[in-house]
Amino acid sequence: MSALRIPAALAEAIRAHGRETYPHECCGFLLGAPGEVREIARASNAREDSPQNRYLIPPIEFVRVQRDADARGLDVIGFYHSHPDHPARPSAFDREQAWPGYAYLIAAVEGGLPGELRGFRFDAPDEPFAEIELDPLAEEV
Amino acid sequence: MAVRVHLPGPLRAPFGGASSVVVEGGDVRAALDQLVARAPALAAQLFDGGGALRSYVNVYVNDEDVRSLGGLSAPLKDGDTISLVPSIAGGADDDKLAAAQAAMRRAGKVELPLSHEEVRRYSRHLILPEVGLAGQVKLKQARVLLIGVGGLGSPLALYLAAAGVGTLGLVDADVVDETNLQRQVIHGTKDVGRPKLDSAEARIRDINPNVTVEKHETMLTSANALDLFARYDVVADGTDNFPTRYLVNDACVLTGKPNVYGSIFRFEGQASVFALGDGPCYRCLYPEPPPPGMVPSCAEGGVLGILPGIVGLLQANEVVKLVLGVGTPLAGRLLLFDALAMSFRELKLRKDPNCPVCGPNPTVTELIDYEAFCGFEPAPADARTITARELKARLDRGEEVALLDVREPQEFDLCRLPGSTLVPLGELPSKLSELDSTKELVVHCRTGKRSLQAIELLRQAGFSPARLVNLEGGIDAWARDVDPSMPRY
Repeated sequence: MSALRIPAALAEAIRAHGRETYPHECCGFLLGAPGEVREIARASNAREDSPQNRYLIPPIEFVRVQRDADARGLDVIGFYHSHPDHPARPSAFDREQAWPGYAYLIAAVEGGLPGELRGFRFDAPDEPFAEIELDPLAEEV
Repeated sequence: MAVRVHLPGPLRAPFGGASSVVVEGGDVRAALDQLVARAPALAAQLFDGGGALRSYVNVYVNDEDVRSLGGLSAPLKDGDTISLVPSIAGGADDDKLAAAQAAMRRAGKVELPLSHEEVRRYSRHLILPEVGLAGQVKLKQARVLLIGVGGLGSPLALYLAAAGVGTLGLVDADVVDETNLQRQVIHGTKDVGRPKLDSAEARIRDINPNVTVEKHETMLTSANALDLFARYDVVADGTDNFPTRYLVNDACVLTGKPNVYGSIFRFEGQASVFALGDGPCYRCLYPEPPPPGMVPSCAEGGVLGILPGIVGLLQANEVVKLVLGVGTPLAGRLLLFDALAMSFRELKLRKDPNCPVCGPNPTVTELIDYEAFCGFEPAPADARTITARELKARLDRGEEVALLDVREPQEFDLCRLPGSTLVPLGELPSKLSELDSTKELVVHCRTGKRSLQAIELLRQAGFSPARLVNLEGGIDAWARDVDPSMPRY
């Protein structure tokens, strides 16, 4: 299991985003360096037809976030989204849509209350997914 | 023109990790071709076999989607930037039940807490992360409808009750018969003659008094199915005949309920989950029923008693997964089980775009006459019949009557009428020449149904209807009314 370091405050911010958009899915970017989340950036959910169980990050937001990250020496290292009233586990659709090389964090939101936050990678096509150990960093980092 | 191409992380490896590279090109395609020339591995990631951009890759020129600029032939100016943008999408599974439960919670309905007794009873579930308290409450709130409390319905009801499904609806109009006991393990010897619903309810109460049993002592029909299904979350099909199986399927599609299907035949079983979300339904797999009589029922063809236990529990497993929203449902897949080979095989099922009930242009939009759909015509009303007692009297008087037994050899071994000839129904068409068409023929089977089919077949083959007589109630009536020393099966 590979590890991803994420400050506790950022993990909390992802959960809070999920609570705000409940019962719809939230989504956003993970910015930092390989193995370490340093910032998050919220994205809008372009799936207006089925926002309670689908998300799509508008590509133009990706363009802008990537450009801004490049300018500041950060990488887009992955993405997060929420699963309203579903466990924090990749769905079949998550697996189909996933890109190798990125970390995917999923936040469960159960009945409007933030639940578990888990991380996954989808690097090997023959394996459904690999869980990433989330290594919470203390507040001062 | 020199343009800068910005790359997403996963595409940077061929360029030594650089976040962007400069290429030359008069239009977007030329620029991307040059990029691919430097890193051939990218070709498959960016383009499909026909050279078109893959749907999960977006190309932006400055801040515009290339699709809105006229596609890959969009011209470039010096200093333009191209961004390759992966499509980032996903989402929770499409689980109607979970969505319905979420709606309930949003409407302010408070989840029932579990009692101390329930916490103890379900402790092995509660400590599973995939179930836990939230999952057990889902089970408790779930309403599952079982069509039939027979071979498949028995294990379904037993295990779903034990698992803590809050409400079990049971549909059955039969009474327990001794021949049921070999496989319908929810009923016991003491229950023979009792309505199956009462017997099942008592057993469920004993297993788990927390379960609410809703008894529907009726046949499932086109008139009652939609109302009934609308009141449940999941339907499990434990029927033993084609008309009801199509009825269950269509009613599930029309009411939007998943159909947890199982069927058994001799030593082989099938299971699947139909009509789940956008998944295929039973008609996508079998658009037409088999001709009547081609696939015998358990009563006619026999069944290994263990088999419905195995298949019914596969169904129970799928019901619980659907309720919990965990795992991968057996949707879009047909599981085939062979008890003799002890093998499981899996067939991939696709949704039929022309499916008359779940396709985009359905022709079946309400429930139909399923008996007629399956070709079950009423038996020839004018067929001559004879009762067992009348037959005995005629034989005792020494009348010349030929006795044709259309059962299977293994049934013939159990009991037979003296002087009868055995030609199993399936072999009848090829053995017509062995029959004497000049004599009166009393056709019989176990209960009088297969013999009616045999008579219809003989009529069509040119036998005179006047010489064909059906033994009413079959050899079973003979054992009951004439010869009590004969075993009944």
